[in-house]
Amino acid sequence: MKQFITFVRKEFAHVFRDRKTLFILFGMPVMQILIFGFALTNEVKNSKIVIVDQARDLASQQIITKIEASRYFEIEKMVMSGKEIEAAFREGKIKLVVIFPSNFNETLLHQNKGQIQVIADATDPNTANMLTNYVSSIIQDYQKSLDITQSVPYVIVPEVRMLYNPQLKGAHNFVPGVMALVLMLVCVMMTAISIVKEKETGTMEILLVSPFKPVLVILSKAVPYLFLSLVNVVSILLLSVFVLDLPINGSILLLFVESTLFIITCLTLGIFISIKTSSQQVAMLISLMGMLLPTMLFSGFMFPIENMPIPLQVISNAVPAKWFYIIVKSIMIKGLGFSAIWKETLILAGITLFLFAVSLKNFKIRLA
Amino acid sequence: MRETVIKTEKLTKRFGDFVAVNEISFEVFKGEIFGFLGANGAGKTTAMRMLCGLSVPSSGVASIAGFDVYKQTETIKKNIGYMSQKFSLYEDLTILENIRFFGGIYGLSDEQIKSKGEELISQLGLQKEAKKLVASLPLGWKQKLSFSVAVLHQPKIVFLDEPTGGVDPVTRRQFWDLIYNAADKGVTIFVTTHYMDEAEYCNRISIMVDGKIEALDSPANLKQQFKVDSMDEVFYQLARGAKRGD
Repeated sequence: MKQFITFVRKEFAHVFRDRKTLFILFGMPVMQILIFGFALTNEVKNSKIVIVDQARDLASQQIITKIEASRYFEIEKMVMSGKEIEAAFREGKIKLVVIFPSNFNETLLHQNKGQIQVIADATDPNTANMLTNYVSSIIQDYQKSLDITQSVPYVIVPEVRMLYNPQLKGAHNFVPGVMALVLMLVCVMMTAISIVKEKETGTMEILLVSPFKPVLVILSKAVPYLFLSLVNVVSILLLSVFVLDLPINGSILLLFVESTLFIITCLTLGIFISIKTSSQQVAMLISLMGMLLPTMLFSGFMFPIENMPIPLQVISNAVPAKWFYIIVKSIMIKGLGFSAIWKETLILAGITLFLFAVSLKNFKIRLA
Repeated sequence: MRETVIKTEKLTKRFGDFVAVNEISFEVFKGEIFGFLGANGAGKTTAMRMLCGLSVPSSGVASIAGFDVYKQTETIKKNIGYMSQKFSLYEDLTILENIRFFGGIYGLSDEQIKSKGEELISQLGLQKEAKKLVASLPLGWKQKLSFSVAVLHQPKIVFLDEPTGGVDPVTRRQFWDLIYNAADKGVTIFVTTHYMDEAEYCNRISIMVDGKIEALDSPANLKQQFKVDSMDEVFYQLARGAKRGD
């Protein structure tokens, strides 16, 4: 144990003595939080929606048919209770609910005014905005078709509600994304490089000849980065709460536990890369191209996964950042508890275990 | 009878069809400076790696300080020191930090590290540099420091893999003073080198050609045996026949 502490202390000395590393470690999260202030917009197709038709009359049926025909929407279910709607939102299955009040047609015909409620999941504000706009234009379109036969215009007012994120803050969306990105970068690249560096300079050989156990070499390499990454999580959260005015709706403890799990996933990935490579450049390249790019593309924080072709959607499942992104979004923004994210947590843990087993096996082969 | 600290019998390492080390048998005694010579690719490094417990032999028997290289690698590691041809201290740590680290992973107590570290630094005359980064030292000093760190935990045997590569003759001479010093204290030195003047400093040397030990004796006896005046010529006569190159 004393040997282990000696080793970990040495690792910290390496990190703190290297200004460039320090800058990457602590400067990057701040930069990214500030840079990603502008989220990207994208078209959204085939979003699953739910329709609650309490009216069941001519007008509501006609509007529903119009919505159904649009390529933006796919009607998941009809008529649900308020409880069911909430459950569907929490699972993240549906993006939008359209509610027709009872007597919709009657009110429309007699008072020339109808109301439709539109509720959107606004954790992803761009998507929510677009979807509500689509619905509104469909309704307006219907309204116009009525106007042809009527002298007094009919007015249908869609009453839009943005769930979870009423002000449509873009920050809601990118903070979990940046968290995933930064942790991925810090943990994977830094660990991989720091282990490969020892191989390159020849100190790894000395360590392997020493009575210090090889597995401990790897573990003690990971400890400082686990610690530093947690510091990063804290700084990102502080920035988002105090600079971006984004509250943390769920349990902070749970957020930290899940972050630790994701950090460990990334550390094992870094260890895996370091075992497979023998130069710092290669390790860096693989970490950047092989990890960063999929994280950006497939975590769902820049480009909606629902919108990708099926093969890419399947691939996205293998990207740990995707699951972490869902978890952080659920905890921070939706304020959900463990019961809502246990599946994602399990998948992350599974990926970690798998990577760890593969790394351990390969490490032994190399020593033989 | 002198105490045997390294003993191998038909020690062999194969990589697929390639026999890197072919049935080498030899003994090294306590306090001896044993030169392990051979052209590039002769199998020196592979043999050394097996003795250090870094690589598992394909066949044959070997014991280091009385411990078996197959089963007792962990015990062996506690009893040996190792210095490789690459400079292998941490350049971004200070001299003191390096001493503390390597002392620490060999399980020395804080007091031991302190007293031995001070002794080492004064022996090398590095008092003023103790808190400087190793990167700022000249290569010769780095190599001397590297050796001193390798014997810090008082190993029974020290393996030196081409320790003086790229070092000037004066520093090399000083480096060998350190080796003699350690040998006088009973540390066995197992050293590979390409410098034939260094071979002359050894008590006994072996010369490996194509994975086999072709000659093993004291430098004086070898010169007599091959009827030549210098180790250079002994080495040349043996290595000329080698089929493997780089």
